[in-house]
Amino acid sequence: MSEPLLSVHDARVGFNTPRGLLRAVDGVSFELNQGRTLGVVGESGSGKSVLVRSLIGLVAANGFTTIGGSVKFEGRDLRSLPDAQMRAVLGSEIGIVFQDPMTSLNPVMKIGTQIGEGLRRNRGLDAAAALKRSIELLAEVGIPEPERRAGQYPHELSGGMRQRVAIAIAIACEPKLLIADEPTTALDVTVQRQILDLLQREQRQRGMAMILITHDLGVAAGRADDIMVMYAGRAVEKAATRDIFRQPRMPYTEALLRSLPRLTDAAHTRLQAIPGRPPDAARLGPGCAFAPRCPYRTDMCDAERPDLTMDGRRGFACFHPVGQGA
Amino acid sequence: MTWLSRQLLRLVAVLFAVTLLTYFIVNILPGDVAIVILGNLATPEDIAGLRKDLGLDRPMLVRYFEWLGSALSGDLGRSYRTSEPVAQAIIDRLPVSLQLMVMAQLTAVGIAIPAALLSVRKPGGIFDRISAASAFGFLAVPSFMLGIVLIYVFSVRFDLLPATGFTPMSEGLWDNLESMILPALTLGLIEWTVLMRVLRSDLLTTLKEDFILLARAKGLPPWRVLLGHALRPSSFTLITVLGLNIGGLIGGAVIVEQIFALPGVGRLLLGAIFNRDLILVQGTVTFIATSFVVINFLVDMLYAVLDPRVRHVRFRS
Repeated sequence: MSEPLLSVHDARVGFNTPRGLLRAVDGVSFELNQGRTLGVVGESGSGKSVLVRSLIGLVAANGFTTIGGSVKFEGRDLRSLPDAQMRAVLGSEIGIVFQDPMTSLNPVMKIGTQIGEGLRRNRGLDAAAALKRSIELLAEVGIPEPERRAGQYPHELSGGMRQRVAIAIAIACEPKLLIADEPTTALDVTVQRQILDLLQREQRQRGMAMILITHDLGVAAGRADDIMVMYAGRAVEKAATRDIFRQPRMPYTEALLRSLPRLTDAAHTRLQAIPGRPPDAARLGPGCAFAPRCPYRTDMCDAERPDLTMDGRRGFACFHPVGQGA
Repeated sequence: MTWLSRQLLRLVAVLFAVTLLTYFIVNILPGDVAIVILGNLATPEDIAGLRKDLGLDRPMLVRYFEWLGSALSGDLGRSYRTSEPVAQAIIDRLPVSLQLMVMAQLTAVGIAIPAALLSVRKPGGIFDRISAASAFGFLAVPSFMLGIVLIYVFSVRFDLLPATGFTPMSEGLWDNLESMILPALTLGLIEWTVLMRVLRSDLLTTLKEDFILLARAKGLPPWRVLLGHALRPSSFTLITVLGLNIGGLIGGAVIVEQIFALPGVGRLLLGAIFNRDLILVQGTVTFIATSFVVINFLVDMLYAVLDPRVRHVRFRS
């Protein structure tokens, strides 16, 4: 694989709030190859959704928002693409699934129409062909009685079904990149796994690359090839999923791992919560943003911010990495 | 009880209350139709005799229920002054008021929807600010003043349109439209403002929804997102205000009909009040109230057309 499908360099998103500049995304870089999955993990407010939305122009620069860095998709610079071309890329080459299928589907539009819309726009299908394809897609994402469902409205479906519809919309135009933004967070635990399996199956069949955004390392565990952990708008650790689970280097990643329940734990074992709260992104000091919650913190951590240093595919931003000798 | 029967019951209750209330109010108005008819020089005996002939000497509640009984069979009584049947008087004037209402609403909606759509393209932008400023400007102008200004500009200065008077459609469609343009414009130019503001604010709320983001992610151009995804879920308040306007205008626009000398229901009511023609006032007010309630009932039905979720809740078993 010569060139990565998606290559992001030094992405920045800032919001001008009354309290000052809020650096929602602060210098994040990563690459994603065709057919691979990148898990972007972090707490709410760590900037993961804003990062991904800004890459594809859904968060755009205006008087309130500033955007920086470069984004290359198949060699094209998305940041300098004219609006019409950006829409064409977005519509036909990138699919996105949002967190809450209650709000991401239009409540007053029939499901078949919502799926077919992108096909009509980007693939030039007529209404009948788009509806026919929509029904096929509904069947493919595992919705029973697809003909009947296509004529229904979102409120007539359960949450899990709606998320399947959202996935059908995302994959309708055969995108090369699928972005799943917390696709299971709003769903019942019992259907979370089904949705993740569906995403993974579609990804493999179609050879799509996927960015899986989640606050749950456990979700990313079996699904992502690589993981990027974000904290306060920055990437603090990047590694192959296997390596992250074997030996986290950034204390924040270690803390995230410790907060996961394990089957090998004794019954009634208390999960280890991370003490403190995520920092206020508009009030960041000069030091490491995680320092106030970090067990290994020294004076150095408060004075200076560690950069993400890469060693091959692996990188972390910490002066006192975990497992130093390992 | 189903939603529909509940609505119908409410409709009946409202109409009963409205007619009873107007009967009371109209009856405590100072002035006497007998004096208006006979003139100031009439003797008290003549007046008492006429009042007896008109049935005005009997207790009010008795007269109300008599009136209600015949009103239910469609007979609103006869004008005290002209003996013309009240129902016929209203039916004769209704087409004028209806035409004025339709043309005024088309004007208002025709300005409001594009203005709101263009405003939300860039909130706080130049178009948004201009449309907001002109909306508040028009809202602040009383209709009689706007009417006079329009007459001055279009009739007096440029002699494009007739200043007052009404030409029935039977005497030519264009002549008829010509006589209605200025009155409709007077109403429309004031009413678009509220429509635009409520639609703009609902659109801004809708545009923050995830499904708008998803529509954009499908590669739809901004105007398709606005028209195809945002407009319909944002039009509830618009429809509500529109219903109130239509309901109000079916009974005629009293001031505008007076300024432009249009023989509509509004002017009928005004004349009836001046002449203390109580039975005509009662009939006209009843008609206006009924149309108001019925229109708003229809608007309520329209919510179900706009939003499948409303349909779901209302008509489920």
